[in-house]
Amino acid sequence: MRSLLGRLPAPIAVLLLLAAPVLHAAETLDTVIIDAGYDKQTRVAIVPFRVDPQVRAQAPMQAILEFDLQRSGQFEVLEASSMLSLPSKPSEVLYRDWKILGQEFVVVGNIVPGNSGGQALNLYVFDVLAERLLTAQTIEGSSGQWRDIAHKAADIVFEQATGIPGAFSTRLMYVLAKNLGSSGVTSKLEISDSDGERVRTVHESSEPILSASWSPNGREVAYVSFDTGRSAIYIHDLITNSREKIAEFPGINSAPRYSPDGSKLAMVLSKDGNPEIYVMDLKTRALSRMTQNRAIDTEPTWSPNGQKIAFTSDRGGKPQIYQLDARTGIFDSRLTNEGDYNARAQHMPDGKHMIYVHRKRGVFHIAWQSLVKNDFRILTQTSLDESPSVAPNGAMLIYATQIDGQGILAVVSVDGRVKYRLPSSEGDVREPAWSPYLSSVVSTSVISNP
Amino acid sequence: MKTQWFRTVMCLGLASLILAGCNSTPPAALPPSSDDNIERETPPPAPAAQPEYGTFDSSGNPYIPGTNQLLARTFYFGYDQANLSQNDLAILEMHARVLAENPARRILIQGHCDERGTREYNLALGERRSDTVRRFLLSAGATGAQVETVSYGEERPEDPGHNEASWSRNRRAIVAYR
Repeated sequence: MRSLLGRLPAPIAVLLLLAAPVLHAAETLDTVIIDAGYDKQTRVAIVPFRVDPQVRAQAPMQAILEFDLQRSGQFEVLEASSMLSLPSKPSEVLYRDWKILGQEFVVVGNIVPGNSGGQALNLYVFDVLAERLLTAQTIEGSSGQWRDIAHKAADIVFEQATGIPGAFSTRLMYVLAKNLGSSGVTSKLEISDSDGERVRTVHESSEPILSASWSPNGREVAYVSFDTGRSAIYIHDLITNSREKIAEFPGINSAPRYSPDGSKLAMVLSKDGNPEIYVMDLKTRALSRMTQNRAIDTEPTWSPNGQKIAFTSDRGGKPQIYQLDARTGIFDSRLTNEGDYNARAQHMPDGKHMIYVHRKRGVFHIAWQSLVKNDFRILTQTSLDESPSVAPNGAMLIYATQIDGQGILAVVSVDGRVKYRLPSSEGDVREPAWSPYLSSVVSTSVISNP
Repeated sequence: MKTQWFRTVMCLGLASLILAGCNSTPPAALPPSSDDNIERETPPPAPAAQPEYGTFDSSGNPYIPGTNQLLARTFYFGYDQANLSQNDLAILEMHARVLAENPARRILIQGHCDERGTREYNLALGERRSDTVRRFLLSAGATGAQVETVSYGEERPEDPGHNEASWSRNRRAIVAYR
């Protein structure tokens, strides 16, 4: 830990040591950067924000923004002690000061009281080489929403610098299990911010919870729990915090996955003898059976356009990933050929690639494959890797693995170069699901005369 | 059916009622679980007065006829396998007789897997294991109303370790009398 901290830029080390333990009480996800990846990182200076004295909450908004960018592996953030000037508004920015330091982007901001209480961050992003203000925006939220404001700011900076929308305002859902193998075993379905902070519990049980899936608008989640002593599929409304059991047939009820338009739920039921893929119309609750096979068919996942469902089947003797037409159920093709265990696929947002669990020489890794040309890569070097879930911007994916016998979450960039881990302070964490883009809880407006 | 019953008798004779020895992939030199110890300390209630396959301990688990030893209720499987050994079948044949001669008794068969592989696939594999046991029991005289199944996949390991010794204990089907 010490050597790792020594290699990290100061703000991250401080955050690792101080911020995580005090922000919430129960089990927390910590962040440990393993490999910050890129040889050529974008050099960005985030000038310490000027805080209006009338804003009382001195929240570490800036540290959160910097840590978001750092975790992405794509940025080298300049330390404040190296800065030649500390502008807090556009008129104070001298491009020369930043060119000397080799910076590509400068971020300037000031925190002021919000119009309806709370606080607002006036954020300015400059392109140093082009000597140009790229964007000027006000992000406003209630006094408790400083984390949301910081993540929103990170999304804006990330998009201005890379051209890819940021996904820092998203959330992570996962299962926390404690006391496995003993009579005191508990499972919790948890949701945290994308940096592992602000954990809240969706459901807690002494029985297993698994297979959680976000609805496309992020308002509800579907999952499997064994609360009645057997598997059942529930839909949990995150706003009203109420849940409804939607499938409890004899046998297996599992693997719920929302269609991209949110109108249907693919699932696995074994009520007719063995596990088959079904699609439920969420309005009428009518079920359509999609597979007819004596083999195991499970782990359905929708293509981003909703036209195909990929799934795992051992119809060929070993688990491989196949695809069917989501409208007709007609078998389409087998998608995987590398190795003798490929399972639990998820499409990338571009629809042209997918990630899945791949076994190589007895070890389970996360693999990435092109669906349009012959291109296959193994992304992870850990073992017992499972449950890959991609961020909505397609840049990073989260998965479950084990380090020293503890189940942890880990994040890897799609090119395999950036890695960080999210171990829980207690227990085993697994089954991560990265949320879709969520409707913003903070308001954002363009500053007209910056 | 006749040959299977013959095998049962053979297995019982040869194995001299060594319960764990009748399982397929027994984890080597497993100590008896604490549950088993408690169960064995309970004397069977007057076996002679009961039907041959109708003596149970206080938790409702059946004894081997004429003995004070409980019938094994956990059956182990090979990696990614769902087939039962001849020894397992011999024991399950006795469970089927217990159920056939005691129509009011019900069982729940739990199917379990080790942690390797994906959770959903393992849920399906666990069901395949519990279904294999169920099908055999029905073929040997139990009725469908007596036998329920549930798969826990890899969610409820008996041994939380991450090595072959732990995994072999976790790939199992449990016959639970209710």
